Amino acid sequence: MEFLTQIINGLSQGSIFALVALGYSMVYGITQLINFAHGDIIMVGAYATYVMLILAGTPLWAAILAAVLFCAVVGVVIEQVAYQRLLNKNAPRISLLITAIGVSMLLQNLFQLIFKSDAKSVSNVLPSFPVPIGPLEISSVTLITIATSVVIMILLQLLVKKTRIGKAMRATSEDAGAAKLMGVSSRNTIAFTFAVGSGLAAVGAVLYVGAYPSITPYMGSLLGLKAFVAAVLGGIGSIPGAMIGGLLIGVAESLTKAVGLSQITDAVVFGILILVLLIKPTGLLGKNIKEKV
Amino acid sequence: MADNKVMLSVKDLEVYYGSIHAIKKVSFEVREGEIVTLIGANGAGKTTTLHAISGLVKAKSGELDFCGSNLRSMEAHRIIRLGLAQVPEGRRIFASMTVQENLEMGAYIRRDSANIQKDFDRIFERLPRLKERRRQIAGTLSGGEQQMLAIGRALMSNPKMLLLDEPSMGLSPLLVNEIFSIIRDVNQSGMTVLLVEQNAKQALEIANRAYVLETGTISMSGTASDLAADPKVRAAYLGAAD
Ligand SMILES: Nc1ncnc2c1ncn2[C@@H]1O[C@H](COP(=O)(O)OP(=O)(O)OP(=O)(O)O)[C@@H](O)[C@H]1O
Ligand SMILES: [Mg+2]
Repeated sequence: MEFLTQIINGLSQGSIFALVALGYSMVYGITQLINFAHGDIIMVGAYATYVMLILAGTPLWAAILAAVLFCAVVGVVIEQVAYQRLLNKNAPRISLLITAIGVSMLLQNLFQLIFKSDAKSVSNVLPSFPVPIGPLEISSVTLITIATSVVIMILLQLLVKKTRIGKAMRATSEDAGAAKLMGVSSRNTIAFTFAVGSGLAAVGAVLYVGAYPSITPYMGSLLGLKAFVAAVLGGIGSIPGAMIGGLLIGVAESLTKAVGLSQITDAVVFGILILVLLIKPTGLLGKNIKEKV
Repeated sequence: MADNKVMLSVKDLEVYYGSIHAIKKVSFEVREGEIVTLIGANGAGKTTTLHAISGLVKAKSGELDFCGSNLRSMEAHRIIRLGLAQVPEGRRIFASMTVQENLEMGAYIRRDSANIQKDFDRIFERLPRLKERRRQIAGTLSGGEQQMLAIGRALMSNPKMLLLDEPSMGLSPLLVNEIFSIIRDVNQSGMTVLLVEQNAKQALEIANRAYVLETGTISMSGTASDLAADPKVRAAYLGAAD
C-alpha cells in the first residue's frame, strides 16, 4: 500500500516535471536550442502566482491565468531579445547555450532584486484534504496535480496534431527550410513555441507551489535541471517523450525516497541522465527517422 | 510560346556561400506555359539557383522577378504566396507526418477549404498511390512515392509555377518515366514548370527550352531540341560518343 502511494506521489511530482520538460523539448525540437533559462520561468510563474493570490488577493483561477499569460509573454520576450538574432545567424550552439545561462542568471538576479532572497510563502494555493481511494489515502493536491497535467497534455496533443499552427510547429521542427517553402514563418512558429512552453511551465509552477508552498528566486534551477533530465530521458524534441520522461523521473525520485534514500534522490536523477547519455543518447522516443535521399 | 509573357526572370544573379562564388551572373527566363529545364553536373549551382529564387539563400546581387514581384526583397515563407512552389532536392517531405498531413502542409497558405478539397481529389486522382497511403507515415513511403508526395504537396498550394529540383534523383528507370509523365501532365493542365535535372536526356525530351549551367554560369541555352542535337551537349550530358 505504501508502495502504491509512493508511485502516485511520484506520478504527481513527475507530471510537474513533464509540464516543464515539454517546454525544453518543444523549443529544442524547433530551434536545437537548450533553453537553460526555461527552469527560471517556473520561478517567474511562482512569483506571478504569489503576487496575484497574496498581494492582489485575486481568486485562484485569475492567478493561474495571469501566471500563464505573464510567463508566455516573458518567454517570447526572452526569445525575441536574447535568441532570435543568434538563431537567424545560425550561431554556434555554444553561443546559444551561454546566452541561455546568462538569461537564467539575469532572471534570478532580477527577481532577487525585486522580491529579496528570503522565501515567500503561499500556503493553500490548491485545496488540501485527504481523499480515500480504496484502501489508500491520497492528498487532494496530488490528485489535482495529476488530473490537471493529464488534461493539459491532452490539450497539447490536440494543439500539435490537429491545428494549423500545431502542424506548422511539427513541420518546422522536422525541416525548417521545407516548412518555409510551404509558407510557414519560422519566426512566428518559434515565438509561438516559446509562448506555449512557458505557459506550460507556469501551470507547472502553480502545481509545484500547491505542493511546496515556498518561493525563492532560485527555485527554478534544480527543478528545471530535473525537467531537463526528463526531456533527455524521453528523447529531447519529442513531446510524448517529455511526458513519459517526466513521469519516470518523478516515480524514480519518489521510490528512492520510499526505500529510505532521500539524501540521494538528486544523485539518482542525474545518474539517470548519465546512463541515458551513455546508453541511448537519443532517449526513449528520440528521433531516429532519417529522410530517404 | 515564345510570345507568352515572362513569368520568372532572373538577371545577373550572383550568389556566394562565404567566399565561395557559387552563381556568377546567371540570367534566364521562364514564360507562361513553358517547361524550361536547367541542366548541369554535380555542383554546377542548380540547387543554389532555385534556392535563391525561393528565398532559402540570399542573392548577393542581380534581379529576381516573378510576375512583377521582386523576390529578393521577400522572405522565403512569403514567396509561395505569390504562386511559386518548389519541389526541393531530396524531396524533403515531412517524414514523421502522414501523407495526408504533408499534403495539408502544402495547402498551408490557403483558407478556401472547398477548393482545397477539390485539389485533394484531383491530386489523388492523378497520384492514386498517395490516396491508398494517405494515413501512412510519409517516411515509410518508397523513394518514388515520396517524390510523388513532394510533387503533390507543392501542387496543393495551387501555384502558378512549379520549380522542381532533380525529381528523378535516385529512382528506377520505370519510376523516372512515371515522374516525367506526371510533370508533363501537370504542364499540360496549364502549369509553368522550371525543371532542374542531371537527367538531361529526359529533361530535354519534355522541355520547350533549356539552359546549361556549368560551374555557376550559363554556358549554353536554346530550344530543348536544339540543345539535344548539339554535339557538345551530347558529349557532356547525353553520354553520346560522337
Ligand atoms: N551551404 C553551402 N555552403 C557552402 N557551399 C555550398 C553550399 N551549398 C552549395 N555549395 C557549393 O555551391 C556550389 C553549387 O552547389 P549546388 O548544390 O547549387 O549544386 P547543384 O548543381 O545543385 O549540384 P547537385 O547536382 O549535386 O545537386 C557547389 O560548389 C557547392 O559545393
Ligand atoms: Mg542540387
